[in-house]
Amino acid sequence: MEINTPFFKQRAHDALKDENLQKALGNLKAGFPEKRAIAVDRMPEFEELRNQGRDLKNHILEHLDLYLEQFESKVIENGGQVHWARTSEDANRIILDLCKQVDAKTVTKGKSMVTEEIGLNDFLEANGVQPVETDLGEYILQLRGDHPSHIIAPAIHLNLEDVSETFHKHHNRPKSDDPAVLMQEAREVLRDKFVAADVGITGANFCVAETGSTIIVTNEGNGDLTQTLPKTHIVVTSIEKVVPTLEDMTLFLRLLARSATGQEFTVYNTLSTGSRREGDQDGPENFHVVLVDNGRSEMVGSEFQDMLRCIRCSACMNHCPVYGAVGGHSYGWVYPGPMGSVLTPQMIGIEKGGMLPNASTFCGKCESVCPVKIPLPKLMRHWREDEFQKHLQPKAARYGLAGWAFLAKRPALYKPYARMASWFMKRLAGKKGRIKKLPLAGGWTDWRDMPAPQGTTFMQAWKEQQKAGEQP
Amino acid sequence: MVTYMPNTPSGPRVGLFVTCLADMFRPSVAFATVKLLEQAGCSVEVPERQTCCGQPAFNSGDRKTTADIARQTIDAFDGYEYVVGPSGSCIGMLHYYPEVFDPADSYYQRALDLKSRSFEITSFLFDVIGADALQDQLKLLQFNHKVTYHDSCSGLRQMGIKQQPRQLLQQVQGIELEEMEEAETCCGFGGTFCVKYPEISNRMVSNKTDYISNTGAHTLLGGDLGCLLNMAGKLKREGKQVEARHVVEILAGMTDIPAIGEADYDLAQKL
Repeated sequence: MEINTPFFKQRAHDALKDENLQKALGNLKAGFPEKRAIAVDRMPEFEELRNQGRDLKNHILEHLDLYLEQFESKVIENGGQVHWARTSEDANRIILDLCKQVDAKTVTKGKSMVTEEIGLNDFLEANGVQPVETDLGEYILQLRGDHPSHIIAPAIHLNLEDVSETFHKHHNRPKSDDPAVLMQEAREVLRDKFVAADVGITGANFCVAETGSTIIVTNEGNGDLTQTLPKTHIVVTSIEKVVPTLEDMTLFLRLLARSATGQEFTVYNTLSTGSRREGDQDGPENFHVVLVDNGRSEMVGSEFQDMLRCIRCSACMNHCPVYGAVGGHSYGWVYPGPMGSVLTPQMIGIEKGGMLPNASTFCGKCESVCPVKIPLPKLMRHWREDEFQKHLQPKAARYGLAGWAFLAKRPALYKPYARMASWFMKRLAGKKGRIKKLPLAGGWTDWRDMPAPQGTTFMQAWKEQQKAGEQP
Repeated sequence: MVTYMPNTPSGPRVGLFVTCLADMFRPSVAFATVKLLEQAGCSVEVPERQTCCGQPAFNSGDRKTTADIARQTIDAFDGYEYVVGPSGSCIGMLHYYPEVFDPADSYYQRALDLKSRSFEITSFLFDVIGADALQDQLKLLQFNHKVTYHDSCSGLRQMGIKQQPRQLLQQVQGIELEEMEEAETCCGFGGTFCVKYPEISNRMVSNKTDYISNTGAHTLLGGDLGCLLNMAGKLKREGKQVEARHVVEILAGMTDIPAIGEADYDLAQKL
């Protein structure tokens, strides 16, 4: 996928002016966070589950090799195959080869952010295999040549009218703005695609080491048709999704549904364990799991290891005031919001991704709702440290910081400067008590007034008061 | 060097962490803090060698400057029973100091020690001194207006400050607290964020001022001057008739001083 992250500011500017998008973002704000809050209120032990989730993920990451190897051997035992992909290119090549082996013309796809990350759709299309997205949101986006702006509600940036127009254009049917009619239309069109597909590709929410199973959770059931009808099922997922046991998986399912949509349980929880066995009613003849690394193993043991706990629930972006203002496309690549602001620089490089970890007030809301307690602001700060060391920040910011630091480390110098600044701004404000335009602070005064200081510093006033108090 | 208050009471010896915004923009907030601490029986001193908590360096990724300023602050506040300041964000930064030192560094233990002694003012009054420590003084105060309270992010999520200012405010006569929608959502200040991403910051603060004016409150209160300067500046630019004050100004009965961004007030001329 094209990387537009360096243009974050311009994209955010456009997003703030886009009335349709702002309307859609308003719906998001009123939706997921409220539902999550209700679900959490109904579960007094939720906080304890978060601790358990964090601790279990930490344990898994300490023994990632062990659990991945166990998972692989179980998949093989069940008649499947595991393919290890260090890079996006490796993953795409492996998947294309698997499609070629069964002479695939079309593949159906369940929703998968990892396949967005590796740019699978474009790659398959360029090599003569037609991918068909079957998640409703993803399907709409594919028709529009668009990309997800949210990791679980990919078309959250669109409104009903957008969908109505898109379907009218592509389905050759009368235009409707009734969601139920549109849904039925999509079902009918997709039904034929499910039957025709040679290969089904899904992601995985978790990979269970003890059984060699993968699981997808969906609310539409499209994933089931994707993975059971075609001859070949390819699971494309990443190495940090492994969990030791089925019971461990259920801990994360409880956290995931509540954190994501406020549901107690997602509607469809579908496990895939190997290929079709004798006597099975359905299931694929060939079962493959492609485990994508793409920079993740470098995070193990680094200051970014905590990020690998992420279970992709989207709570961080649902609650993020920056995401809520500018939407997911502003972030310019696959993963938006706070989790994207930590992951993206890892995957595309801090040189291109540096805008994102800076686009945060560190308000901490994301960390407070994260089901596995990832310290997202701290990890964004680590990226800023990386930028600082590499001198990647804009010159004005670096020199400004250096000048301020010079004074802040010298109290005797700092004090007269603070007094001067206070005095100067006071004069600038005149009698009004506020400044409409402050030199070098356009970022502030273009949008809001600068309240005037009180004319001198506390340190000075205190000193003078103390002196006066000492006199007889 | 420290300056000593006359009439030293018998209570704990507290070092005032002024914060650079109170120092430069609103000394009256620091004076109100001193007044409240003294009413609570503390003896207050203002260490001369303090400047800023170092948060701009910390959040810009400059670890070395952060550590330098942390050492300076740790030294300046050595020996006080408590360190108290009128900001959840700046005191929150003091609580981050252990993170900037290697555990083998001699300052690491001292940073932990400072963390255990430092408090935001409303949290200090309510959690350390006690809920009714100021009841005699507070019940004499009169503020016959509807107010709304903005929970600043660091204060709320890092320092656990939510009920403390509200419980103290409730003891003031005539005051009516009307909670705004999304009181716990960031106002968009975020230190350098507001000048690095001014348009996004503007959207966030515009949302905030809508919620504030929807309450019909006469006064917006908060515990952090960064957020208050941001919201007051936006309220003024929008021509909204809501005053903004730091919560300590109400609690210390210092509402004769013009609110943030209101008419002329020159402390220098009053000295």
